[in-house]
Amino acid sequence: MAATRLKCRECATEYPLEARYVCSQCFGPLEVGYEHERYTDVGALRRRIQGGPQNIWRYHDFLPLEGPQPRTRTGLPAGCTPLIRADRLAERLGLGEVWVKNDAANPTHSFKDRVVSVAATRARELGFDTLACASTGNLANSVAAHGAALGMASYVLIPADLEEQKILATGVYGTNLVKVRGNYDDVNRLCTELSGDRENWAFVNINMRPYYAEGSKTLAFEIAEQLGWELPDRCVVPIASGSLFTKIAKGFGEFIDIGLIDGELPTMNGAQATGCSPVATAFAAGHDFCRPVKPRTIAKSLAIGNPADGPYALDLARATGGSIDAVSDQQIRDGIRLLAETTGVFTETAGGVTSAVLQQLAERGDIGPDERVVLVITGEGLKTLDAVRNSFEDYEVDPTIESFEEAFAESVHV
Amino acid sequence: MAITVKLPTQLRDAAGGVTSVQAEGTTVGEALESVFAQHSGLRDRLYQDGGLRRFVNVYLGGEDIRFLDGLDTAVPAGGELTILPAVAGG
Repeated sequence: MAATRLKCRECATEYPLEARYVCSQCFGPLEVGYEHERYTDVGALRRRIQGGPQNIWRYHDFLPLEGPQPRTRTGLPAGCTPLIRADRLAERLGLGEVWVKNDAANPTHSFKDRVVSVAATRARELGFDTLACASTGNLANSVAAHGAALGMASYVLIPADLEEQKILATGVYGTNLVKVRGNYDDVNRLCTELSGDRENWAFVNINMRPYYAEGSKTLAFEIAEQLGWELPDRCVVPIASGSLFTKIAKGFGEFIDIGLIDGELPTMNGAQATGCSPVATAFAAGHDFCRPVKPRTIAKSLAIGNPADGPYALDLARATGGSIDAVSDQQIRDGIRLLAETTGVFTETAGGVTSAVLQQLAERGDIGPDERVVLVITGEGLKTLDAVRNSFEDYEVDPTIESFEEAFAESVHV
Repeated sequence: MAITVKLPTQLRDAAGGVTSVQAEGTTVGEALESVFAQHSGLRDRLYQDGGLRRFVNVYLGGEDIRFLDGLDTAVPAGGELTILPAVAGG
């Protein structure tokens, strides 16, 4: 394995590759460090990746796993989701080139399958038999499903007021589903406390968080590969904790360092809901740290009021000439419709946030006419149906030609 | 009546292995000073430039003290403070 250590992002203290997520010296987050071999023949490396399995394990050289056979590592392979050229969306927004990375096309219909695949596989390598997580919904689906596929017990803790679709699509896998009377930050606090006492549990986004976060890099790897080993000029990515946002950049950076792609990091634009926008607020105020907030938004999968990677998301947006924007609940609903009507992709509220921020950037004139933009769509619209309820009109007719024509005659003349 | 300060696993080695410390004081800041007086190794782990490090969360009865008055938050006798790493979740 090319991964060699865990390293504190704040004070650079190093630790072995074990189930540890926080620096005991300064409480900073730990990140996986690698020492890659010098790839002298980039073409051969590209061909090796292209010849790999149609899932994230084609990038296993760049993930923190030890196991031998990528194909057999997990029962629920994630990744290799479509990158769709969205000309109609680009035209609607007056942009040159827009691509939609549709990560709803994962086994449990969100990007979380990437991070959970890596965390669960690493958890098995470290000898854990139980998975657990604090979730805003999509992670719950994925941890429960991976537990089922891998034959591991699982404990999934969620806010009690989560969307019904996400609760049902978790419980069906036979997990221990725990509804906590509180918001996500309360759930996260409880799980952080629990993880100190349940040493045989792999909390994917707590004690396994360094490995888990690495899974998000595969989104960048795929985007680069699907663009023909080229970089986009700009990525628009939703921000909850900020982990996805920062790890996508880390993925591009690693491919640039290895020589697999040429160029500089894309401009990184983060997307939040106004009702939970601690990172966007800090960005606008010029702060380098986020003040926690109490979330009030329909974008529940982004409703993290105390974002762990907020400071790094701020640094990244500024370093790449990007921004972190926020949009209202109505803009989120409109964003879902915009994406659906122009691309045929039905996304959940988080994707509505991302789409609406793309629109906001376009209207503000931030995006140049020759830019290649990638919109990262992280989840599936069927999981947040309330967001589109009553957002369109339909027709109800008798099963007769007359009734049908009457309905449409009326609609034409109205 | 003393204040109970619960320590995360990451700090227990610097506190002789205990899971919580009994502290004195009327505010969060005073209670933490009382903890540092008993376990001097904890100060640098939690504090930087006279304030809490940015990846340290302190909760009073489950509420993040940043939603209250920070280190000046009043703590009732018998109250419970919980210190946790901030980098979890997401």
